[in-house]
Amino acid sequence: MRSTLLLVVITLCAWQPAFAAKSNFNPDISLILDGRYVSYSNTSDYELPGFMLGPEAERSGQGLQLGHGELSLSANIDDMFYGKLTTAIADHEGETEIELEEAFIKTLALGNGFSIKAGRFFSDIGYLNNQHTHAWDFTDAPLIYRGLFGNQLIDDGLQISWLAPTDLFLKLGLESLRGERFPAGGATNNGSGAYTLFAKLGGDVGISHSWQLGLSHWTAQIENRNAAAHEEATATPEIPSFSGDSTINGIDFIWKWAPKGNKRERYLTFQAEYFERNENGNIELINSSPLETSTYDGKQSGWYLQTVYKFKPQWRIGYRYDQLKANNSGSDINTLTEAGVNDQGHKPTRSSLMLDYSHSEYSRIRLQLSKDDSYPDSDNIIMIQYIMALGTHGAHSF
Amino acid sequence: MKKFFSLAIFILLLGNMNIALADLNILSCEPEWASLANELGGSHVAVHSATTAYQDPHHIEARPSLIAKVRRADLLICSGAELESGWLPMLQRQSSNATVLTGKSGYFEAAQQVSRLDIPKHIDRSMGDVHASGNPHVHLDPRRISIIAKALTERLIKLDTENTRHYQQRFDKFKTRWEKAIKRWEKIAEPLKGKRMVVHHRDWVYLFDWLGIEIAGSLEPKPGLPATANHLTKLKQTLRDNPAALIVHTPYQNNRAARRLSKLTSTDVMELPHTTGGTEQTETLFDLFETIISKLTGAIK
Repeated sequence: MRSTLLLVVITLCAWQPAFAAKSNFNPDISLILDGRYVSYSNTSDYELPGFMLGPEAERSGQGLQLGHGELSLSANIDDMFYGKLTTAIADHEGETEIELEEAFIKTLALGNGFSIKAGRFFSDIGYLNNQHTHAWDFTDAPLIYRGLFGNQLIDDGLQISWLAPTDLFLKLGLESLRGERFPAGGATNNGSGAYTLFAKLGGDVGISHSWQLGLSHWTAQIENRNAAAHEEATATPEIPSFSGDSTINGIDFIWKWAPKGNKRERYLTFQAEYFERNENGNIELINSSPLETSTYDGKQSGWYLQTVYKFKPQWRIGYRYDQLKANNSGSDINTLTEAGVNDQGHKPTRSSLMLDYSHSEYSRIRLQLSKDDSYPDSDNIIMIQYIMALGTHGAHSF
Repeated sequence: MKKFFSLAIFILLLGNMNIALADLNILSCEPEWASLANELGGSHVAVHSATTAYQDPHHIEARPSLIAKVRRADLLICSGAELESGWLPMLQRQSSNATVLTGKSGYFEAAQQVSRLDIPKHIDRSMGDVHASGNPHVHLDPRRISIIAKALTERLIKLDTENTRHYQQRFDKFKTRWEKAIKRWEKIAEPLKGKRMVVHHRDWVYLFDWLGIEIAGSLEPKPGLPATANHLTKLKQTLRDNPAALIVHTPYQNNRAARRLSKLTSTDVMELPHTTGGTEQTETLFDLFETIISKLTGAIK
């Protein structure tokens, strides 16, 4: 199966030159190559106190490695639909894993500003969530995205959005999602277990400034959201599992400045997001004997703030600050501690500094330094990354 | 109660005034097409440009304000030939406006109406940001503008048949004035023929092709890549054997590299408007060519 997929990948890449003279009948093909060198000063097991981490949230290994490769095909299907498929290709403990990251269709011509998207897609909540990792300004996701969404909220379902016919950009949307993937866990309600609502407002101020403000809401009734096994690596590790109600609310704000609106030469961006989550239900440790269980009342919140300055056409520098807070309680503190949701008074923070060089808009090399105090064992992280894009140049969103 | 509703409806309509007053709401990707649409549409069109003369049309962001504008547009006029491929597809998809999709009558691609230069025989990204459909900066040849104006008039008529006579009359008037102007410009620009000039980016190909100016070199080592010291040294050698009259760049291009080469070779640098708006005396397309030609002829005297 794996080799068949690989063959498909190779064949598609081999086609690329023929596609250079792009016609409307051929899909756009885009391939992202991502490689890294990572160094941690502390190699103890990673945890995020107060947060049950999902399967995608673990940190990458040490040393030279491949990052998050992506192969994407997209095209207008006809005058009514647009379709896109993205596979993420990454190494995981020596095994190459191919994950279907996006597979959706979107209407092009519904009229009156309405649009429907169906399939698997990045949810439109928050600002960073619907951007591919290669478009991020930093190598890794903000801590709050790692803690709440396992880096990014991807789900299967349906999205309806409406764009207002006004000069001010106003977009409202609703998503009904299957809710099988983290952080929903357990497709309850016959496979429509999670819902989101989002609103985005935006515009320009003069010729040099533009902004966007977003509000998001996510809710799910969760049945058995399993977290990564906690510490004790035994034959049958105890796996924390949560069932109950979960809601997330968020606000995001982006402001961008470029002299005379010409971002080619120089620009400055400012980006901040805040999310909070409320959960009510029970946590049990699967495989524990006797079964350890506790009621659970979880309150978690977090924000990040980042700024990126392009000081020369090919050079950018950026700074990001992350902070999280958890206030979780329940009937059995030991169970909560083993499940990783007892923050034991630790408030996760992280500061990151990045410098990147883009030889052209298709190639980027980045250095990122982080002082990571997201877990009690403080860590200094050095990451050197390349991100290269082959094939059709996909347009990026704001 | 009734009064309240009429007032509410009035206020709602007020918000859409742009559309209500004109028959066609037009958004152009670059300022030159906004100018052309104004020449041809007159009072029956409301025109906005998505970019200005100070912005690099290759590198525009699909900003919220632009999505909102595309949402309400009846017609998009763009250069095409992949010039806007980094941002326009995103605007078209995000705006949920079926009328302005590529291939629909609400999308007009200027470069497709005329023959194009610089069409690569073979294409590879190592050649820089080259376009498979050829050089997209077609508006700097006024003869090509004539052809585009005719096609655009046909499109305006197709979208707004009620005002066919209005558009036809405006086109006839424009054509007469334009062709007269071309003859005059060609005469004034006679001394430019055979002159060599260094360009920043190959945005001047069509102008130079029209006036018989030779490109002595580009400051960009590859299209879309900034100048390097190594490349400037090579250019210096080229110019020593075969000097150039001028180094030209557009208002949106940083003049650092141009100034450095100027110092190395004592060739003059000139910022030349490449499109309408933004700089002095470039309000209309007539002004633009008038200014370009008077500046160029003034510089080589």
